[in-house]
Parts: sequence; structure tokens; C-alpha cells
Amino acid sequence: METVTKATAAIVGSGNIGTDLMYKLLRSDLIEPRWMIGVDPDSPGLKRADAHGLIASAEGVDWLLAQDERPDLVFEATSAYIHKENAPKYAALGIKAVDLTPAALGPAVVPAVNLGAHLDAPNVSLITCGGQATIPIVYAVSRVTEVAYAEIVASVASPSAGPGTRANIDEFTKTTSRGIETIGGAARGKAIIILNPAEPPMLMQDTVFCAIPVDADRDAVATSITDMVATVAAYVPGYRLRAEPQFDDPTPVSGGLARVAVFLEVEGAGDFLPPYSGNLDIMTAAATKVGEGFAQRVVSERVPS
Amino acid sequence: MPYSADLDIRVTDSSLRDGSHAKQHQFTVEHVRSIVGALDDAGVPVIEVTHGDGLGGSSFNYGFSHTPEQELIKTAVKTAKGAKIAFLMLPGLGVQDDIREAAGNGASVCRIATHCTEADISVQHFGLARDLGLETVGFLMMAHSQPPEVLAKQARIMADAGCQCVYVVDSAGALIMEQTSDRISALVAELGADAQVGFHGHENLGLGVANSVLAVRAGALQIDGSTRRFGAGAGNTPVEAFAAVAEKLGIRTGIDTLKIIDAAEDVVRPIMDGECLLDRLTLTMGYAGVYSSFLKHADRQAGKYGVSGAEILVEAGRRKLVGGQEDQLIEIAVALAGKREEA
Repeated sequence: METVTKATAAIVGSGNIGTDLMYKLLRSDLIEPRWMIGVDPDSPGLKRADAHGLIASAEGVDWLLAQDERPDLVFEATSAYIHKENAPKYAALGIKAVDLTPAALGPAVVPAVNLGAHLDAPNVSLITCGGQATIPIVYAVSRVTEVAYAEIVASVASPSAGPGTRANIDEFTKTTSRGIETIGGAARGKAIIILNPAEPPMLMQDTVFCAIPVDADRDAVATSITDMVATVAAYVPGYRLRAEPQFDDPTPVSGGLARVAVFLEVEGAGDFLPPYSGNLDIMTAAATKVGEGFAQRVVSERVPS
Repeated sequence: MPYSADLDIRVTDSSLRDGSHAKQHQFTVEHVRSIVGALDDAGVPVIEVTHGDGLGGSSFNYGFSHTPEQELIKTAVKTAKGAKIAFLMLPGLGVQDDIREAAGNGASVCRIATHCTEADISVQHFGLARDLGLETVGFLMMAHSQPPEVLAKQARIMADAGCQCVYVVDSAGALIMEQTSDRISALVAELGADAQVGFHGHENLGLGVANSVLAVRAGALQIDGSTRRFGAGAGNTPVEAFAAVAEKLGIRTGIDTLKIIDAAEDVVRPIMDGECLLDRLTLTMGYAGVYSSFLKHADRQAGKYGVSGAEILVEAGRRKLVGGQEDQLIEIAVALAGKREEA
């Protein structure tokens, strides 16, 4: 039986991200997406979920949690505000939560860096799209040399930035900055997000600047970056470098710091969202990867029947 | 309707904010004391002081500040006797805590800038600024890139969020005459009594003063400039020239024309690294519709990679880069250098 080898999951939030995530989970060998939960009966996401055989409900999380059978995992694709309300309810029932909102309640996870570190946590945070794209690179540099300061610039196509992001853009910059420090390994982090309305929409582009010692081994830094790009690309196929890492000696406008600059591009897989929405694709791809880590644990702990 | 009983329009000088680009963000406390002192004495009613890219702009991407901007704001507040001190912030770069700090340091005008199609990212910041009792101004940047009706809708979002004056911001210095007044008129029609309208011009096509006069005739009540054009690209509308023209046209700005002419020559010019010129690169910016602040960055990357600065700017225009994407100029330069090696 399929359910013996797969963990069951509910997607909470039937918007674009939840829908894109559903298509990725439907392909997973470890996760069975069984529920799609929304609040609007007319949501196209719920209709799609129903068409793909999921139990689609517009009755919200309280309905889901009142059922006799409950999911092993929940993927939260609502908003930070709503996730803060829902998270204690999941935790009380022992349901693991993978949080795609910027609520940042649980420990932050970037699959390429610390996938296995928080399998016991009841709730993990995927930080932000910019964080998923750039923190691996900061980590790649900080694992071979000291990074006193790292700064990232995430450029995102306007149509792929939803109302939640727009209404609270400070949350993006703050949560991402913190992730650059705690997971990326930079002593200090800064994040910048730019929305670009160009038509046709641009692919998500991310630039990572890391301050490095003047005498850092630049070849080792470049190799570590290239290796990391391959690691991320294994679960986000459209993740790639746009140029070789660029090194700069200190100047007055660089604050007296030597630096490496890394130019990235993220093309989405086009599961549901258009390919330019690499910012959303990297979130759903990372969520799938993190969820599979939990699923393995859930399945291995199951008592054979 | 005039701006007030004494002024037909109100001028904001941006030498110590937009000029920060030209100075590569190396302003000191002494520079601020000198310029604020001179402009205040000449009757300039509002003086903007911040990193060129707004609060939190000190960075690898935009250039690190010599002196923390909040220190510069404190100095400006202490120095000014009559002028209000303004600051700029860009959501996505600066955060609400930065606004709180600037307000705590005595600045009284909060100017919040977004690309001209992205006004909805400023809502939380306008709300905070009003809660703090600050006067609010909104910047719709790169205004040449959108038609008047689109700008008017975006202006409405800012006004509804608590913005008291929405500016048409010609960041690329690309607007030509009626293109300016058509945009101002559309905003005036949309906003009515809900908010004022302003114009921020650049000199990349040599039209800063002319565009500003047309903006006033179309109903703009606030005009930006920089004394001696001290700003990004070919510089901003020169405040001293605008004051002179306004006086001749009978538009009351409250600025003493002879005093501001002296301030431009004796105080501001010596602090500038060089004049803001209408040369090959800056004219290319107006011509190609490129964000003026890209100038120094394009120049620097052209030097590092041995490629043409003008080609970098033209490519930036082709890619439709918006303000803040300075990082992309490096990648463009790398790509141009790669192409040259292949050839």
C-alpha cells in the first residue's frame, strides 16, 4: 500500500504557491499530498486539487484538524500572520509543519546547508525566496574563509511578488538578513529586494556579495561556490550562475573590504507558476526537499502493520 | 492654489542626498554643516540628507557611507535654523526601524520612494511615518517609463496610504517638456485635494529647469532640485537657476536668488568632486532612459573590465533595469568583456 511508504501531507493555502507545491509533491516518492485546505470555495487552487484527487476543503485549518485522519505533515503556504495562529494547533497534535511563509517561528532550513539538522523540530521555516537562493552561497564562502559581512540583492519580477510580500516587505529584508547570519555563517548580513516590472518578466536574479580577507584563497572560494551551485541545482534544476565569481580588492567605496560577488539566476520549473517565478519555484522545491526529509523519518518510525 | 500664504511652491534641495551619488557617499559632518548652513541662510525651505539610495543604502551594492547617515541627519537638524530636514527611504532596502531612528534624530519630512509601478510596497512605511507625526512625500521613480494614467493610479495608492505629496520622479532625466506636464496633470486630476503633486527632475537631456516650470504650470506644488546640480547622472535641476527663473516668472519660492547663487559657487562647488556634466555617459542615460544613479557604478565597472561605460548603460536600458539594480551593471560589464574576448 502506498501510504505505508509515504507520509501524508496537507497543503494549507490554496493560492499560487500551494498549487505549485501540489504538483511537486504529486511527483514525490516519499510524500502523498492528500489534502488542500483553503478558505474560499471558489479558489482555483482547490478546484485543481480536487481534479488531482486531493481532498479539497474551503473550511480552513480547524476543519482539517477535526478529521479522524490527520496528516503527518503540513505545508503552510498562507501568510506569516495566519501561520502564527496555526502553528500551535499543529504542534499540539504532533503534526510536523514546513513553513513557506516569512513567519520564522521554527529553526530555518536551507536544504543545501542544513537539511538534516532540524528533523526533530515540530516546525521549520524556509526563510524567504531570496534566502533560499543566496544563503547557500554565503555558506559556500564561509566554509572556506571568514565572512565578516554578506549582502544579497534579490531582483524579482513584479508579477511574481504577491500581496503578502508587498504588504510587509520589511519582513523579507529582516528574515533574510538573519538567515544570512545564522545559516550562511556571515558575522553580519544585509538583504535587499527589488521588484522589476519589465515585460516580458525577468527571471529571478540574485547577487551575493561576501566580504572576505584580502589574503583569502580565491580559487578555493570559487570552487566552493561552484560546488554549492551544483548542490542546489540538484533540487532546483533552474538554479545557475550567470557569470564566474568576481573578486575585488578593497576600495574606499567598498568600505575597505575585499569581496567576492556571485551572480545567480533561478528559472522556475514551470509546474504551475510561469518559469520567470524562480523566486516561488525555489520555495516550493525547497519545501518538497525539506518535507521529504521529514517523511523519511515518519515512514521509518511507523510500526509495520 | 498656492502652496501656502507665502509660497506659490515649495522647493526641496537634494544636494545632500542625490549629491551623495556624485560624491560616492563620502559626505562628512563638515560638508553637511557647510551646505545646510548656506542653503538655510538662502531660504531653502526643505533640505534632504541621506545616503543617495536612502536610509540603509550604505552597502556593497550602492557604496558604503563615509559617515553614518543618521549622524549626518543629526548634524543637519542641529545646523538648520529655518529649513526642515528631510530623508529618503526605499522599501526593500531601508526598513521601518530606520524611519524611527531618523525621526528620533529630528528629521521631519519622510520621503518614500518606489519604482513607479510598485507603490503598494510603501503602504506600511507611510502608515508608520504618519503615526510618528512626520510629513510624508512619495516618490514614483523612473516616471518616464509609464504613461500618465498608470502613474496616477500608483499615486492614488500612495495617497491612500497616507502620503501627502506624490512626486513624478524623472530618475533617468528622460522626460521631455509636455511628457512632464501630462504626468503632473494626471496626478493632480487623480489626487485633487487628497494630496499635493511634486516634480523631481534630472539634467540628462538638459531640461531640468524647463520641465520644472512646466510641472508648476500643470499644478505641481513641490519641486526638487540640487544646488549646482549636485546629484546623480548629469545632476538635478539646479536650485539656483530654478530660483532665478521662478523669480522672473513671478513664482514665489521663498529662496533668495542672489544668496543661493553665492551658495552654489562658494559653498557647494568646493565640496563636489567635480561638476555634474552633460557628457557622453550622462546624455546616454537620458537618451536610453537609464536610472541616473547608475553613472558612477557604470564608470567604475567600465574601468575595471576595460569595456565601454556607454555600452553598459545602453544594455541596462535594454534590460529595463530599475533603481537599485546596480549589481546587474557588474554582470553586464563581465558579459561585455567576455564578448570582446571572443571577438
